[in-house]
Amino acid sequence: MSSVREPGRKTRSLRVEALARVEGEGGLSIKIRDGKVTEALLRIFEPPRFFEAFLRGRQYTEAPDLTARICGICPVAYQMSAVHAMEAACGQGVPPEIRSLRRLLYCGEWIESHVLHVAMLHAPDFLGYESALHMARDHPEVVTKSLALKKAGNAIVTRVGGREIHPVNVRVGGFYRAPSKAELAPLVPALQEGRGHAQELLDLVAGFTFPDFEADTEFVALRHPTDYPLNEGRIVSSRGLDIPVSDYESHFAEEHVRHSNALHSRLKGRGHYFVGPLARYSLNFDRLPGSIQDAARKAGLGPVCRNPFRSIVVRMVETLWAIDEALRILASYEPPEPSSVPVPPRAATGSACTEAPRGILYHRYRIAADGTIEDARIVPPTSQNLATIEDDLKAFVAKRLDLPSEALGWQCEQAVRNYDPCISCATHFLTVTVDRD
Amino acid sequence: MGERKKPTLAVFKFASCDGCQLSLLDCEDELLAVAAEVEIANFLEASRAVAKGPYDLTLVEGSITTPHDAERIHQIRRVSKTLVAIGACATAGGVQALRNTGDVSDFAKIVYASPQYIETLGKSTPIVDHVFVDFELRGCPVRKEQLVGLLGAWLNGRALEVSSASVCLECKRRGTPCVMVAAGTPCLGPVTHAGCGALCPSFRRGCYGCFGPMESPNTASLAAVWTSLGATGPDLVRAFRSFNAGAEPFRRESEVHEQR
Repeated sequence: MSSVREPGRKTRSLRVEALARVEGEGGLSIKIRDGKVTEALLRIFEPPRFFEAFLRGRQYTEAPDLTARICGICPVAYQMSAVHAMEAACGQGVPPEIRSLRRLLYCGEWIESHVLHVAMLHAPDFLGYESALHMARDHPEVVTKSLALKKAGNAIVTRVGGREIHPVNVRVGGFYRAPSKAELAPLVPALQEGRGHAQELLDLVAGFTFPDFEADTEFVALRHPTDYPLNEGRIVSSRGLDIPVSDYESHFAEEHVRHSNALHSRLKGRGHYFVGPLARYSLNFDRLPGSIQDAARKAGLGPVCRNPFRSIVVRMVETLWAIDEALRILASYEPPEPSSVPVPPRAATGSACTEAPRGILYHRYRIAADGTIEDARIVPPTSQNLATIEDDLKAFVAKRLDLPSEALGWQCEQAVRNYDPCISCATHFLTVTVDRD
Repeated sequence: MGERKKPTLAVFKFASCDGCQLSLLDCEDELLAVAAEVEIANFLEASRAVAKGPYDLTLVEGSITTPHDAERIHQIRRVSKTLVAIGACATAGGVQALRNTGDVSDFAKIVYASPQYIETLGKSTPIVDHVFVDFELRGCPVRKEQLVGLLGAWLNGRALEVSSASVCLECKRRGTPCVMVAAGTPCLGPVTHAGCGALCPSFRRGCYGCFGPMESPNTASLAAVWTSLGATGPDLVRAFRSFNAGAEPFRRESEVHEQR
């Protein structure tokens, strides 16, 4: 984007060349004309990687490992959406013990990903540091405890999945091998200690100063009859949407938006929407156990939170929940026997949505009778949020036009980081124009 | 006494999932110790503070897939004293090298509404195809212990020893029964570069080759064993064509079975 000077008009362009502390590479351009924000654009540098294309012709059993490589930060989310979509296509569910072990694995990723974002990427903004490593010089305890907590989350993924990035143990139908009780036992003390760190971190972030900013966007998340959502549920919204996951594509569309050359997700006939911790929390507060609800209230949250800057607090509440959920599952853990159920292929289409740390992640596959993938569609959370991030940025900048450019630029960067955008994820669907001078 | 000037570390990303550079942040026990010994001059995923080169050590994640990136890697090489390619994307083109066997414009049409906006190269290639690379760390993702080992070796001016043996050796070392012999499970371990610690067999699963080919792998012999275990030609094509599809020995072997 370049700024165009027109006679008699004042144009001011702001540009953050490369956004730091986000997953993946992107930049930000904001155009202000005659005192009005005319354009807020998240530019994506990430090159396209064509996952949906090369999934065609692969076996249905390969989808969990292949799609994990879309994102090194939330590979478990891709594996979970992939296995559930394949099991839906094949008409095969899994027993409760396998469901629990999957939830445990997912809790590990939530803890690891949320704490990475809260402590390493987001908190430095509120405390005025360039990075967590800079922050560590003045606040060593915060950083070391956060690292210990993150490690406890990663340990779950490693013990259950084999390694923290691109775990190897997940398969359609369950797990290649169920970890023994002895293998999982060391997770318990680490999580118990981590819970204390998480509470301290929650107390810390609850005390940050938050800009007065609320967005009136439609929230979308999964909702489960009894549980805080991870792997299953209906897709619901703050404005009354309530559909089974199999209806996703009749209600959501990706549209080509001219100003950004990007595909933006929309709710058909309703417009932009928002997924992720704020949406999930606000739509599922009543699904949190009383102790977590209390912790949220003590941290200054109500049952609904619409300030994206406070997402850091919501992430810590969700981290506390994920620790408790993991401890609950571990307390009664028995290795599922067998560790997976047979899922013979059939010619069918199956879809699934799971709650990645950043919001709902939709997979849909059409497979042939021999299990060959004929068509794949993947809609990651960040792609669903891009339009809303840009809307919010416009509104955010409009109230801060008197700030000098540098300060405004950093505040805008912070505003983007509120959404924990994962550009690696978003890119495989984005229409990308590389715009660099 | 004046403070010793710390060596500078930079991390750059090309087409990838972010996982390999995230491995650095996943070194929870070592991260602060490493950060105390180096000046992190460019690591966008972790810090907004960016210092200009030259850099003493540059870690490069990702493969080259766009004309712009094919230029950018040369600029990075020019300001890097030592350049290390980390992970399957940077060392073999990564999973996105699956495009290399097809027509990328067909791929773009499948994924994107307006494929004319896509600026991409027909092939995904490793860093070494473009610039001189001082060292390569394999894996999808790299193993964080190897990454820490690399930084330690560099900081102390000693050579890094990385085994060029196969995954089989790691199975033997940890006492994992051979999944191929004991359970008849097809495994790429005999031709795959060591480094992961033989993870998959420890979960009773065949190795899927995410560390890429070992030195001088006998892929044809392994393919014959797979065939005797019931694997079909297409099974073999897919097995050799995954996260290191662009690595020469795997590419060649996959083409042998495609032609049959």
